[in-house]
Amino acid sequence: MSAIVNDQVINGKANLDVFSSTLQELAQSDRNILAVTSDSRGSGKLVPFGQKFPEQIIEIGIAEQNLVGVSAGLASAGKKVFAVSPACFLTARALEQIKNDVAYSDNPVKLIGISAGVSYGALGSTHHSLHDYAVLRAINNLIVVAPADNFETEQAIKLAAKLDKPIYIRFGKKPMPLLTNDESVAFEFGKGRVIAEGTDIALIATGETVYPALQAASILRDIHNINATVISMHTIKPLDVNLLKQVADTTRAIITVEEHSVYGGLGEACASFLLQKGHKKPFKILGIPDEYTVTGSQADILGHYNISEQGIAKTALELLNSK
Amino acid sequence: MNERELAIKSNIYRQRILKYIVGANAGHTGGSLSCIDILNVLYNYVLNVDPKNFGSPDRDRYIQSKGHCVEALFVVLADKGFFPESDLNTLCKYKSHYIGHPTRKVHGVEQNTGALGHGLPISVGTALAAKLDKKKFKVYTLLGDGELPEGSNWEAALTAAHYKLDNLCAIIDKNSLQITGSTADVCNTEPIDEKFESFGWAVQHVNGHSIKELKQAFGMLPLVKGKPNLIIAHTVKGNGVSFMENQVKWHHGVPDKVQYADAIKELESALSILR
Ligand SMILES: [Mg+2]
Repeated sequence: MSAIVNDQVINGKANLDVFSSTLQELAQSDRNILAVTSDSRGSGKLVPFGQKFPEQIIEIGIAEQNLVGVSAGLASAGKKVFAVSPACFLTARALEQIKNDVAYSDNPVKLIGISAGVSYGALGSTHHSLHDYAVLRAINNLIVVAPADNFETEQAIKLAAKLDKPIYIRFGKKPMPLLTNDESVAFEFGKGRVIAEGTDIALIATGETVYPALQAASILRDIHNINATVISMHTIKPLDVNLLKQVADTTRAIITVEEHSVYGGLGEACASFLLQKGHKKPFKILGIPDEYTVTGSQADILGHYNISEQGIAKTALELLNSK
Repeated sequence: MNERELAIKSNIYRQRILKYIVGANAGHTGGSLSCIDILNVLYNYVLNVDPKNFGSPDRDRYIQSKGHCVEALFVVLADKGFFPESDLNTLCKYKSHYIGHPTRKVHGVEQNTGALGHGLPISVGTALAAKLDKKKFKVYTLLGDGELPEGSNWEAALTAAHYKLDNLCAIIDKNSLQITGSTADVCNTEPIDEKFESFGWAVQHVNGHSIKELKQAFGMLPLVKGKPNLIIAHTVKGNGVSFMENQVKWHHGVPDKVQYADAIKELESALSILR
């Protein structure tokens, strides 16, 4: 492991934009690639896709159960289906279709949850997906992924196109800086990426919370002389337990970070594994608590719950001092 | 196979359905008996499916939305050579793939069903794939009348018409009963034909126990070019065993020894007339 804390911000696009451009690139050479949408081509940034590949976009209308059921049928007949819908609706309204028609029937649909977590900010809880990791983790035969940056998004979409298994990929819509330009830190489903290394504390984050974790690592190092390992645990399931064990052995404390309920997500997945392995070091789950979510923009909400550069750094200091 | 031969098959299928339900001490007796003539005509007259080449991308698809009537499907698949009929002795037993709803672990099953309101959307997707690829195969799905209140059916009905899926045929096993009682009392879905017609479907009524009418209806597809097809098959729950007919308690009632013997006796006497 040789990655270092990345001080240079490399500006990126929204992962959603990268999803869209990657899908266009794939569709160019593979006419079996289909985008299936529920009146979501605009929010999914798929308007250019639809213009370029009118035969490869299927509009369902606002009917998420049908979106997933139809996608399962298309996939069973050999289509490489990206079913695109806001994560909040896709994984709640259509949960039974995901469970039965996709996962249980083993139809290799690529479920794309857009504007995930609290991306929709002030639109409120109807539009937030803070449950998706929890419910989907409990469904057999489904890979659950939250790419952190543009690189991970592009890789995830390209790998998903080749994958003959059901998968859920979620991301938000804000611009995401690159975590690292070290190309040796490869992307593979089920293998966490080590973005920075340190022995004091591990920050294990997923999706778009990896970047604030990385920024927090800079604060901890520069101001407090605390060295943090930062992991992009982009695959929530199957969890990279080998990496988790290694990190647990080589650091003094662990914080998990996710734009999701503290119940049933990355944090509890890590806690479950570590407790059963006899891990006894300080451990903290940063996520959205079980309450009516505070109102405000995405940044307001994440800041309120310490899912931010400052909040993660503060939590790390508290955890290390609590021993 | 002519109509008499198919009628003989239906009778034998009914006897086997009862045999394996008794063996498993579980099953959906009434609905399996109401849909068996439909399955018989599909698998022995309509569908282009072959156990030796089931993976063919050009095969017709049959997706059983009313998954609980799996005994009817298993008996027919066994008869078609998808697996040895003796496998059905394991029905609902520990570690058997032959469980109370269709799963793809069983050769010949297209989709895992059981939760209601799922067959039609999946069938719409499969039929849409055929249209996109300009393939000739057709997609058939069997719904119970009791599952029509599931909203996903109506979502899928819209999509089927929107994409002009005349290669799709939904069949409703309209036995007018469901677990609680009469479908009219539980949630009235009539007029089913006008509803589907207003959604852009072509609709045909048949007697779901008439081999002749079923053959004719399937032979007419597409009923109207550019429209998805609905065949409303008027059936009798428990059909073929007089004491089970139109009795809601036989929805998932399992016959005891005496009832089983009586049922087989009645079916055997009907069979001797057919022969
Ligand atoms: Mg019924």
